[in-house]
Amino acid sequence: MTLQERLSQITRDPTLSPKQKSNFLALEADSSLPYVAVSEPVKQAMESGIIGDMFEGHAPFKPRYVLPDYAKYLQQGSEYLELSPAQNLDEALIALTIIYHHVPSVTNIPVFLGQLDEILLPFCQGLDTESLYRKLKLFWIMLDRTLPDAFMHVNIGPTDNIVCRTILRIDAELKQIAPNLTFMYDPQVTPDELLQVATTNICECSKPHIANYPMHANAYDQRGFGIVSCYNSLPLAGGANTLVRLNLKEVALKAKDINDFFDNILPQYCQLTYELINARCSFLHKESNFFNSFLVTEGLIEESRFAPMFGIFGMAEAVNILQGNPELTESHAEKPSPHYGHHQAANELGHKISKALDTIVKSTPVDYGYNGRALLHSQGGISLDKDVTPGVRIPYGTEPNPIAHIKALAEHHQYYTSGISDILTIDETVKSNPQAMFQLCKGALNLGFREFTANVASNDLVRVTGYMVKLSDIARFKEVGSRTNTTGLGAEAAVNTKILERQPRVVAHEMAPSYAK
Amino acid sequence: MKWRQATRSNANLNKVAIVNQIIPFSCVDGPGSRLVIFLQGCNFNCKNCHNPHTIDLCDSCGDCVPTCPKKALTLIADDNNNRVIWDESLCSQCDICLSVCPKQSTPKTQQYSVREILDLIRSQVHFINGVTVSGGEASLQLPFIIALFRAMQSSPDLSHLSCMIDSNGSLSLNGWQQVLPFIQGAMIDLKAWQQDTHHYITGRGNHRIFSTLKMLAELGKLYEVRLLHIPRVSDFDSEVDAVAHYLTQLPSNVRVKLNAFQHHGVTGEALMWPSCTEAQMRQLANDLTQRGVNNLILPDIYL
Ligand code: SF4
Ligand code: SF4
Repeated sequence: MTLQERLSQITRDPTLSPKQKSNFLALEADSSLPYVAVSEPVKQAMESGIIGDMFEGHAPFKPRYVLPDYAKYLQQGSEYLELSPAQNLDEALIALTIIYHHVPSVTNIPVFLGQLDEILLPFCQGLDTESLYRKLKLFWIMLDRTLPDAFMHVNIGPTDNIVCRTILRIDAELKQIAPNLTFMYDPQVTPDELLQVATTNICECSKPHIANYPMHANAYDQRGFGIVSCYNSLPLAGGANTLVRLNLKEVALKAKDINDFFDNILPQYCQLTYELINARCSFLHKESNFFNSFLVTEGLIEESRFAPMFGIFGMAEAVNILQGNPELTESHAEKPSPHYGHHQAANELGHKISKALDTIVKSTPVDYGYNGRALLHSQGGISLDKDVTPGVRIPYGTEPNPIAHIKALAEHHQYYTSGISDILTIDETVKSNPQAMFQLCKGALNLGFREFTANVASNDLVRVTGYMVKLSDIARFKEVGSRTNTTGLGAEAAVNTKILERQPRVVAHEMAPSYAK
Repeated sequence: MKWRQATRSNANLNKVAIVNQIIPFSCVDGPGSRLVIFLQGCNFNCKNCHNPHTIDLCDSCGDCVPTCPKKALTLIADDNNNRVIWDESLCSQCDICLSVCPKQSTPKTQQYSVREILDLIRSQVHFINGVTVSGGEASLQLPFIIALFRAMQSSPDLSHLSCMIDSNGSLSLNGWQQVLPFIQGAMIDLKAWQQDTHHYITGRGNHRIFSTLKMLAELGKLYEVRLLHIPRVSDFDSEVDAVAHYLTQLPSNVRVKLNAFQHHGVTGEALMWPSCTEAQMRQLANDLTQRGVNNLILPDIYL
């Protein structure tokens, strides 16, 4: 198909909103440009799916993730946006609403909405609980309806404060997909009772994630960090300039044996990954003129606080391939099996791979990085991935019981500075026993989990590979389908089934990064 | 004297139980997150049993051994002392062995010493609030339970964990007196209100259970009483006035858990009984609430 035909097909697509069409048109235009200059081996590795840029585009003119210093913005106002410093909560909320529309990201929707309790608290003096609740609730609804992306992330905690508690209350009440929410937990600061509120929320709506605050904070400087998108931990007032990911499954397939993997193949493909990282960053930092933005000139972000994310996925398959394990099936889940996630030796080989990656990433300089380095990331997958498991996760459907699950993976967490997510699926009996969720969470953080994410099997909100979908949405579509199946005929049925394909209003744009048809 | 104490505690740590299954993380067997040990063997013969193969002990007749498609079972015969050994790593959980067993038992049990269970608990101590012993009927292996809980409570790293028993309530008062100092609470099943009905369902009367409930309630060790609602078979609905009166006399913190009869795992004539729907469950709950029973816990799931 020619480019023009593709563009024309997008403009006519019956399932996309005009805004979604504009986005896909822009992506197509970007990918019609020549790719940033890379060597032949990098090209080949990209073509065979061993390394990839996550569809960030051929000419990266904006960073992947941007984490503005919103506190500074509220305090100083903005010359560019013609806003004076916020004086009260209403002004602060409006100022945030405005700037969110000027914060770019790979999806064009901001992935980081701020450490909201910390930045809003100064504006809540003298406000009664009910007014605060009403204002924040409207703000929450606004976010879900105008910036509908499940990757858009709010941070709260670790301190106990009224904004944090009100947000937890509202989030459990509204059960929206957006925004995503991370609660920072610091055993020195956070009262157990507050963590209990947060973990009870997980039983209600599979949110928030619980972040191991001291572990994240130690990885960054005084200026701090934020959790954005799908559990990426990044420097505040900076972000990620790019995310390049390495498919460990494919790397393992290239290796003759375990030694060959560690000694030759893995370092070789890491080298190619770095080449791609540097090529992409070079365009962004040197040619795109992104860093002329008001975000930089007004001091809300600094170029030196952007780091490339070195992403990996397919750990489970890599380990099973290197060990020569038979194909994994669901029946392996409940019994001793030699597979990753279930067997000590397999798990330990996984840990060894993570450690090797950590050594490479901590010792390899990059042209544009945080302290001159990239940050290692366990990447949560995209919808195009087939037969390969996100990050270092245990393949879906074969996870052992939650405690064995946590114990199998905890060792990995220390290495993935810019984020790692393991989704624990807990059966719905936990709903009437939130104490159990609380204890599981504490156990996981205690064992070195960076981020605790749980999915309650029966909840309407369900995590797919890190983002949320609403089961009732799916059910509603199914219902429409079954009605048309019995009553609809011919053309009518064809027209109606299109409804089934319509993109949900709130989606996770990162998961479907290109126009698929 | 010291020497004698040491050997006694060693003997306790070496006590062994026949275990059907251990679940490392359960949300439904007492407060918080719990490790649950299901012991093999029961003295009731409930028609509605969901795990009938936990009732009888294997007598090592060997019938199941040749039927195992994975060769996970072996018969070890040493002079009229046969033993069936199950190799978990070979087993595919196809349950053919269960279906051929003439005793409706299982070869898939394992022996655990108190010491081994303690190691298991230690390996996940940060994740749990306590340990529950269930069954089968847990109290049939009382000496093991006492040894285990005593050892936990005298270990500084485990003494914060709560110890609970899940039981059919048939244990004698004397038996309860021995174990009570070591448990924080018990969960007791009450299968029917009337003697006859209880006999019909379980093969036993319910006097002992009422004595158990009374004693545990008086001593503040009754965590939960569980009523199994089998529409048209159990009698909690037809006797709702008496049942409600009884329940309101219990201490107010005792949880009353209503369980809905389901067919999952059930064999024999109970498969002819209707399973309990969510509506029927709500009806019973309503009837009880109207009569002043407040602390009801309803099922999370109806299959
Ligand atoms: S369930 Fe029984 S018959 Fe089936 S493999 Fe296991 S031991 Fe053998
Ligand atoms: S499980 Fe049943 S069939 Fe198998 S040896 Fe024991 S009693 Fe016999």
